[in-house]
Amino acid sequence: MVRRLAWSLPPAVLLAAAFLYPLALVVRQSFQSDTGGTSLKPYTAVFASAAFRQALWTTVWLALAATACCLVLGFFLALVIAFVPFPGAKAVARFVDVFLSFPSFLITLALLFLYGSVGMANGLWTEATGEASGPFHFLTTPWGVLLAEVTYFTPFVMRPLLAAFSQLDTAQLEVAASLGARPARIVRRVILPEALPALAAGGGLVLVLALNEFGIVLFTGAKGVSTLPTLVYSKAILESDYPGACVVAVVNVLVSVGLYGLYRVVSRRAGA
Amino acid sequence: MLVHNRAGKWAVWGLFLVLFLPLFALPLLVILAASFAGHWSGALPSGFTTAHYTAATRGDSLQALTTSLVTAVTASLLALAVGTWGALGAHALPRPLRRVLDALFVLPVAVPSVVVGLAVLVAFSQPPVLLNGTRWIVILAHTVLVTAFAYQSVSAAVLRLDPAYEQAAASLGARPAYVLWRIRLPLLLPSLTAAAGLCFTLSMGELSATMMLYPPDWTPLPVQIYAATDRGRLFTGSALAVVLMTATLLVLFAVARIRTRAAYR
Repeated sequence: MVRRLAWSLPPAVLLAAAFLYPLALVVRQSFQSDTGGTSLKPYTAVFASAAFRQALWTTVWLALAATACCLVLGFFLALVIAFVPFPGAKAVARFVDVFLSFPSFLITLALLFLYGSVGMANGLWTEATGEASGPFHFLTTPWGVLLAEVTYFTPFVMRPLLAAFSQLDTAQLEVAASLGARPARIVRRVILPEALPALAAGGGLVLVLALNEFGIVLFTGAKGVSTLPTLVYSKAILESDYPGACVVAVVNVLVSVGLYGLYRVVSRRAGA
Repeated sequence: MLVHNRAGKWAVWGLFLVLFLPLFALPLLVILAASFAGHWSGALPSGFTTAHYTAATRGDSLQALTTSLVTAVTASLLALAVGTWGALGAHALPRPLRRVLDALFVLPVAVPSVVVGLAVLVAFSQPPVLLNGTRWIVILAHTVLVTAFAYQSVSAAVLRLDPAYEQAAASLGARPAYVLWRIRLPLLLPSLTAAAGLCFTLSMGELSATMMLYPPDWTPLPVQIYAATDRGRLFTGSALAVVLMTATLLVLFAVARIRTRAAYR
């Protein structure tokens, strides 16, 4: 027993030194004011700033909205691939896997070409109407971030769903249909109950990823959109305000862990 | 299976395409098109050129690609070693202790990577270990971020290992180290390569912690892409992005080939 414990210790010690110790230092620094000594001053200063409250609210609503949209969209797309298959549906499923191996900021980069101020959509509009500029300016608002997050995170919902659907016995669907159930009813009464665990797992993953997303927000380049992770970055690197950055970091971790815990409780209650 | 009449099927497929093409296929196509475009001010790109690729494969950009590759390979190998050791060690422990180890190794996933970057920056800019300004601080942060995935992947595979093989080997007198080297690791090889691919992919695309940490002489490709787009050089950024995607996919493909050969053995 002692031998086994000794053998499993080194990796745990390494991880603790490279991760837990730094995290503890962040918490410690968040309680240190510029003059030194322990105080709550960084917290009161950060909580009093309007920029922080704005970022906190933006982070939370963006993550919740992205999770909801990804669940609906991912469920529909996976449903079609699995149960209304078309030629090439397998290739689409594989494309989704490839999609997952690309970094998130590529989506924002692509959206700049599509909906940016000189992008494709605005170009089409000005060519068609002859006006000086197009109507699409949402990219530098939270809506642009939401669109990018929904695009990037939906595959994270589709993958567990497709795995779950592949294990669902299609005879159940045939029986339900032969007994006269319409597609909407089959989806609600047969497929949805089977899919709930996978849906809950995918949704939880998306929620955490969206709360912690950084690249998408950074690449929109919008000064107006700021979330907790980008606030940590701008406070630490651009303003060199380390106590402030540490406070935002602590709040960000607490919000992520807290919302994820709440999500798990709610989804268990819902029967997943 | 679900929709039986023809019109209904076509309606569902139509809706699928309307949602799927603009949301998922179009962004990747647009990046590919933009990387070859001379300018793009109207509906479609024009003035096709390969100049962006010439720029993307020399000088700073080539440096950024090798930086990314070296960082990702080093971080993946370190994470694989620590994660595999951790998973094998945890498996031998009684359940409560294993739970603690599981939680410790999975925790970095729940913590935002920007915060991991900040933590590493704060901790290793002061004694006893000074890494700030070196490439090692970037590699360390990447290792911390991907170790969780290596651990999860290997620990799921360890649970599925048939203990009969190692018991047979041990009953024939093989020492634990020999059993580990000749029985357990070869059986784990498919999940090890899968974990390596995942770790490599994540590290190649890592931006958030890297932005907090990178020294001027160690800028990985994602940072280079950000720098290009931030200065308004979107076409160069797209070419760099295509280089990043291609490099990632090539390595993933190579790793997948190792996996099939291991599975046949």
